[in-house]
Amino acid sequence: MSALGIVGGVVQPVVVVAVSPVLVGLMRQVRAKLEGRAGAGIGQPWRDLRKLVRKEPIAPRGTSEVFRFAPLVLVATTLVVAVVAPFATTDSAVPAGADLFAVVALLALGTVALALAGLDTGTAFGGMGASREMTIIALVEPTLLVAIFALSVRVGSTGLGAIVTSTLHDPARVISPVSLLAAVALVVVIVAETGRLPVDNPSTHLELTMVHEAMILEYAGPDLALVELASAMRLSVFLGLLANLFLPWGIATTAAPLAILVGLLAWVVKVALLGAVLAAGEVFLAKLRLFRVPELLAGSFLLALLAVAASFFLA
Amino acid sequence: MNLAATSFGIAMAAGALSIVAALTIPARARSALVGSGVAITGLAGVAAGAAAMTGQAFSLALTGVLPLSGVSFSLDALGGLFVAVTGGVAVATGIYGISYAREGSRSTQAALPVFVTAMLLVPVASTVGTFGLAWELMALASLLLVLTEHRHRPEVAGAGRWYAVLTHAGFITVLIGLLLLAGHATGDSFPELREAAGHLSPAVAGIVFVTTLAGFASKAGIVPLHAWLPRAHPEAPSHVSALMSAAMVNLGVYGIVRIGFDLLGGGPRWWWLLVLALGAVSAVYGILQAAMGTDLKRLLGYSTTENMGLVLIGVGAAGLFAASGDRGLAALALAAALLHVVGHATFKTLLFLAAGSVLHATGTRDLDALGGLRSPMPVTTAAFGWGALAASALPPGTAFVSEWLLLQALIHGLPASGVATAIAMPVAVAAVALTAGLAVATFVKAFGVGFLARPRSSAAGNAHESPATMLAGMAVAGAAAAVLAVAPSVVLPGVAAASNAALGAAGPAVTGVVTLRLAGIAGSLSPLMLTLALLAAVLATAGAVRLLSTRRARRAARLWDCGAGPLSARMEYTATSFAEPLQRVFDDVVQPETDVDVTHHRESDYLVAAVEYRRRVPDRIERRLYQPVLTALSAWGQAGRRLATGSVHRYLGYGFYAVCGVLLLVAVTR
Repeated sequence: MSALGIVGGVVQPVVVVAVSPVLVGLMRQVRAKLEGRAGAGIGQPWRDLRKLVRKEPIAPRGTSEVFRFAPLVLVATTLVVAVVAPFATTDSAVPAGADLFAVVALLALGTVALALAGLDTGTAFGGMGASREMTIIALVEPTLLVAIFALSVRVGSTGLGAIVTSTLHDPARVISPVSLLAAVALVVVIVAETGRLPVDNPSTHLELTMVHEAMILEYAGPDLALVELASAMRLSVFLGLLANLFLPWGIATTAAPLAILVGLLAWVVKVALLGAVLAAGEVFLAKLRLFRVPELLAGSFLLALLAVAASFFLA
Repeated sequence: MNLAATSFGIAMAAGALSIVAALTIPARARSALVGSGVAITGLAGVAAGAAAMTGQAFSLALTGVLPLSGVSFSLDALGGLFVAVTGGVAVATGIYGISYAREGSRSTQAALPVFVTAMLLVPVASTVGTFGLAWELMALASLLLVLTEHRHRPEVAGAGRWYAVLTHAGFITVLIGLLLLAGHATGDSFPELREAAGHLSPAVAGIVFVTTLAGFASKAGIVPLHAWLPRAHPEAPSHVSALMSAAMVNLGVYGIVRIGFDLLGGGPRWWWLLVLALGAVSAVYGILQAAMGTDLKRLLGYSTTENMGLVLIGVGAAGLFAASGDRGLAALALAAALLHVVGHATFKTLLFLAAGSVLHATGTRDLDALGGLRSPMPVTTAAFGWGALAASALPPGTAFVSEWLLLQALIHGLPASGVATAIAMPVAVAAVALTAGLAVATFVKAFGVGFLARPRSSAAGNAHESPATMLAGMAVAGAAAAVLAVAPSVVLPGVAAASNAALGAAGPAVTGVVTLRLAGIAGSLSPLMLTLALLAAVLATAGAVRLLSTRRARRAARLWDCGAGPLSARMEYTATSFAEPLQRVFDDVVQPETDVDVTHHRESDYLVAAVEYRRRVPDRIERRLYQPVLTALSAWGQAGRRLATGSVHRYLGYGFYAVCGVLLLVAVTR
């Protein structure tokens, strides 16, 4: 546990919590501008959260502890990922947790908690959302793991720090076929996992199209605030991982204050840029039919497998 | 007499006493005595296995017990691991059985300790004769136990037939393989076989390996020899299902490791590619069937096929690395496989015992009729929830650690070169990854639909918590799963000793107490730190919410019902509807059968009175592979019937012609 790691472990979660809602606001604003609307401003998600947290907590009849604890687990898993993963600093506060499998499994644990909460309500909406979310995650997990496999084979480690550092030392790797194929596969699964278009529409409440929104339909007040905050945090965590796995430049490798400041800035700028690009792309996309989504995910699984094949035959 | 020998002796004595008690004691005290006897047998087995893994060994030859060969036993670290696992499962199931098996008859009560004792003897047997004896005793005792409830349900008899045929076919192939090997050796003891294997021709060694592999794979429930498993496991009483699913199937893995690595000393690559391919197919096929399943215990049975598939992926990878000369990596892969065996034993025991508790309370295993069990059965719900988390490779679960190790071995195996390895490793990783994803969906379904929400039938609505001993049995299994999830380093030295005994490698592949570190390659993981970090994050979040939000009590509110009046249980998602999207995705693989029956009103065909929808996901491999064999057999039987008409003249004629034929044959060939 180095000084750099500790600084990262303290700063990263704070920044993730503080900036994630702003990222969501930014993405909404980009969409609004491109669609010719004025938009609510990038601070709106924070204002929504403040409003929700002050409301009265509600316990829908017939729900159990699973329903009450799910938002906590969802936020906690994302927080742990924010602590261990290399976003602003290459070292981790918990080096033995900064493993790609552990990070993927932690994020999946959050999704599972939410799906169980959806089932726990016993409504058709909750069950429907949970069923769809589990179908998607059953296909997303393999793609994530295989893409990780492609990235870790040449480094000889699944440690996030090791992968980021090795890309820093050998920039030519970024444009290798392995990296490009894995990057495309990861972009698709991140879009699916964070519930963006064309897999799920975050701004709809239409029963035929809902996935994420259907699961959380029964949440209100502070619980809903946690769920909303967590989905914003997951978005920024996934985008941060994507950015640093393929474009790690700027990340702090020493504990000097300037280096850490540059690392933080680079991280925030990269994630903001990725978010803006994603939002701009969404303007031109319609939501896919639910049963076309597996085809998209199967395609990304194939790309990830190709990346693995390439990592062996082009090595 | 060292600890291993003493404990093993105690285990055998306790087992024998339990059998006697089951046969002699009156019904009132029988189940308590047999249950505690089995638990003591198990506890002594754990002690013996643990002692064997720390380096104590014993061997014992009793020449007078059986004519011709006698019996002989020897316990080493590899056998010790399996003895300990079997013992651990026996402890939990023995305690559980005290109240669960109260109504059992004399013979089924006696079969349980016979079964446990036989399973403890299999890894200790050190001659072909002894091994066969223990193996057959185990098969027969388990068959009796599977048939326990045959008076209540007609399906039990069918399950028993499938099990009897497949387990004995498997036993015959194992025996053929071992006898072929023994034919080339000076005797039938394992050291003599080991010595003979050194100068065996590759073809003979290959035949020995493949025939024994077929038999052991059928015991481990590996596709395509798995057909008995999803039948027999659900129909057996639940504590027997736990013993079969968590302890008996492991012995198939034991057989493969013992014959392949220890006796035959490794072997060419194609052996292990075969094992790896079987494992990958089983893992994916098993979990796919489980993901579609709606029968709680059948689902768990398919999940056993999946987990044994994962173990075989590890065993196959270990063989592949050993054949390429990379001993360190082979030790890592085998350690991952063996750790998964141990982990699977804990969580599968827990899951089957919890399923038995549900069956005890509601009388049904159908997930579509369950639900709403959390308030009447809080302990069982918590136990199943913990088991489901442990089984689905998510932190902080048991399977997460072993699957992480397995994936580490596979990832570092790719640069080990060789085209076969280069193709096998990505395919294996893809299989493990697909399995992990589907396992999450499966267990969310089993737990979320089966235990949460509202009861879907009156049976589930009237459920009640099980008696204390059943809960205690589950608690034992759950605590073991928790220890493995948070501090796997407790068992890792034992696992390393077992894998070293098989591979002959030196030094443990995984070291570290809090943080697991891999020997020779980069990679570290700390399940304990991850769990603590998660706990801290949950507490921090809860604290922050308390601080920021208004401190009002939660107000109970109506669920959103679209304003259409109270929701009924029929509006809930069921297991069938939960799995429907997945079933659509894998439509081409599982080929489900759906039936829609529409009944119209008598007055008008335009008015629909009722619509009935039925979906069945038949086991496709079983239909394609076994159905033709069964059809051919029955056709053969029909043909044979025409020969046997009952006429004595005809039979005399057959005899006459047969004798003439033999005489002719002798005359021609001499």
